Amino acid sequence: MSTFLGMPATAPRGVGHLRGDEPFPAAAHTALANDQLRRNLRHATTTIRGKSGRVIAELPDWQELRSAGSAIKADVMSRLPELLEELEARVTERGGVVHWAADANQANAIVTELVRRTGSERVIKVKSMATQEIALNEALEAAGIQPVETDLAELIVQLGNDQPSHILVPAIHRNRSEIREIFLTAMPGVDPGLTDDPPVLAAAARKYLRETFLSTKVAISGANFGIAETGTLAVVESEGNGRMCLTLPDTLITVMGIEKVVPAWRDLEVFLQLLPRASTGERMNPYTTMWTGVTPGDGPQDFHLVLLDNGRSAVLADPAGRSALHCIRCSACLNVCPVYERTGGHAYGSVYPGPIGAVLSPQLTGIEDNASLPFASSLCGACFDACPVRIDIPSILVHLRNRAPHPKSERAAMRAAAYTMDRPKLYARAQRAAKLARIAGRRGRGLPLGWNRARDLPEIPAQTFRDWWASR
Amino acid sequence: MRIALFATCLADTLFPEAAKATVRLLERLGHEVVFPLEQTCCGQMHINTGYQRDAVPLIRRYVSVFSGYDVIVAPSGSCVGSIRHQHALVAARAGAAGLAARASELGARTYELSELLIDVLEVEDVGAYYPHTVTYHPTCHSLRMTRVGDKPLRLLRQVRGLDLVELPAAEQCCGFGGTFAIKNAETSAAMLADKLTAIESTGASVCTAGDASCLMHIGGGLSRRESGVRTVHLAEILAAT
Ligand code: SF4
Repeated sequence: MSTFLGMPATAPRGVGHLRGDEPFPAAAHTALANDQLRRNLRHATTTIRGKSGRVIAELPDWQELRSAGSAIKADVMSRLPELLEELEARVTERGGVVHWAADANQANAIVTELVRRTGSERVIKVKSMATQEIALNEALEAAGIQPVETDLAELIVQLGNDQPSHILVPAIHRNRSEIREIFLTAMPGVDPGLTDDPPVLAAAARKYLRETFLSTKVAISGANFGIAETGTLAVVESEGNGRMCLTLPDTLITVMGIEKVVPAWRDLEVFLQLLPRASTGERMNPYTTMWTGVTPGDGPQDFHLVLLDNGRSAVLADPAGRSALHCIRCSACLNVCPVYERTGGHAYGSVYPGPIGAVLSPQLTGIEDNASLPFASSLCGACFDACPVRIDIPSILVHLRNRAPHPKSERAAMRAAAYTMDRPKLYARAQRAAKLARIAGRRGRGLPLGWNRARDLPEIPAQTFRDWWASR
Repeated sequence: MRIALFATCLADTLFPEAAKATVRLLERLGHEVVFPLEQTCCGQMHINTGYQRDAVPLIRRYVSVFSGYDVIVAPSGSCVGSIRHQHALVAARAGAAGLAARASELGARTYELSELLIDVLEVEDVGAYYPHTVTYHPTCHSLRMTRVGDKPLRLLRQVRGLDLVELPAAEQCCGFGGTFAIKNAETSAAMLADKLTAIESTGASVCTAGDASCLMHIGGGLSRRESGVRTVHLAEILAAT
């Protein structure tokens, strides 16, 4: 099969979770008013930041590792078609079947058909950003197939009819009493005497999931890495539920974004150090499951790999933005982002929240559909320093702002400002005129800006610096 | 040494005391300061708001005004960061390769005040006297774009009479971010509120930083809260005697 997926096209509308209903400032408004949410987020992100910082400090070569990770990813992007063909050949050799999906619609159709062929009406799932991105669960449900998330947090989100709000901790916005409510209403066979004690909640989920694992014949997973030289797929996770999904069923269908391919086994040496430390603040992630095609008599006997584009070729086509595809979904940038900490993940309107979402989502959908996201950052740069593969998110944000549609009045004001600032005499006159702006009042009530919400304006000085200099 | 001052449009217009203090300080240390009158703005606001093309004439202006000087100083880590890391990139993207080359050369000769003092002039004790309790906010662009590190703190520690108190969660953004403060005013205000609480918790009477822009934001918030804390630019403290 050819790797040519057509001209770079952005992710289609009407399917998947890459677009929000409202622009970021409006969506953030609700979250900002929710003190409890902000406290939950602050507590969670501060804790994980501290933990991650401590284990990163243990590695003397962390900066070199970051550079190595970045270099491997840059190499992957420079020869993606070749690596994907190699991956396809190796997977096929080992008894797997590779499918190419240009977008969310194709991927959902392929997976639905594969599940249908097995005759199973239920599938178990290991947490996967790619299947969230394409809204696979919704597509399966529409086809009468019940998807069951097996990652605990993802299960909470699913049972709560909710959307994930963090890459690593999808239910970060929920507290335990909310979780108890969700279990009581939506978990089949739950004990009505359930308390909100975390071990009790975990035990209830375990009981439900065990039964599901042992009675479901089809599983769907994402992939953290796909190794081209051997055709091996890898999933890393913390709970072990993923491992059950990946080993117990007869049929395994993996949906992998095309950017997840790495050239060789030894590349994992770098990423398996970077990912857990940046992500969960662990030295090593508890479960790493790897499989290569089909092994007779051991594990799933029917393996399908769906390679998903859904806008990734379009991202790849922009040299200034493509490094967003280097992302290994560790969520470190979310955990250090002051904007994410106040607004939470739902404000970003996409399964990819936080700084990486602000650069990835608009690129996948086309900037017009997510025009407010590149502006949802103060450009403080904390994300760049935290990113284990050195993605320069602030620079991509600035690049995307330059491509984003601008409001007419803003465009006019910016043009006028640039014009004035390129003419020192005019500029000096404008500075003096600024004194007149004092009629706006220090509280800025006369200004049509958001500034006066929480801030006074500075006193306008009697003399500009250049006037002082001239009078010296 | 002959040092060209880039005052920045913000200090020139709204915070002349920061630029004046820079002049007084450098002259006190025995240097000659020149202020080329043709200078205006580095174009950072245009670049960061998505108007790169409109910034190109401002980059060209900066380059032509300052090309003749070996050392340029600005009392703003943010503008220096933009000059150093964005000018060449924006010029190159606009197809102005020659300008990009000159901009990157000039960027390497443009210093933020604390860098100039410590790296170029090799002075940590500038002979200042400032009898106040001060807390220092390491603004994001000084910290992560220009990477001034602990240089401002080293300078402050040498100031006589000054009681330097640590700011909790100092490296968290104050929420300014240029037009972010307007486009995402509510989020910006939420970030500011936490920064103000942290500042007030130190008991300091003065909050200082190397960027007039963040100080304008923080100062505006402190004023609205009618907090007793004042904001003062680092240059003003270092120039005080
Ligand atoms: S952009 Fe970097 S820090 Fe953010 S999730 Fe991706 S790899 Fe992690």
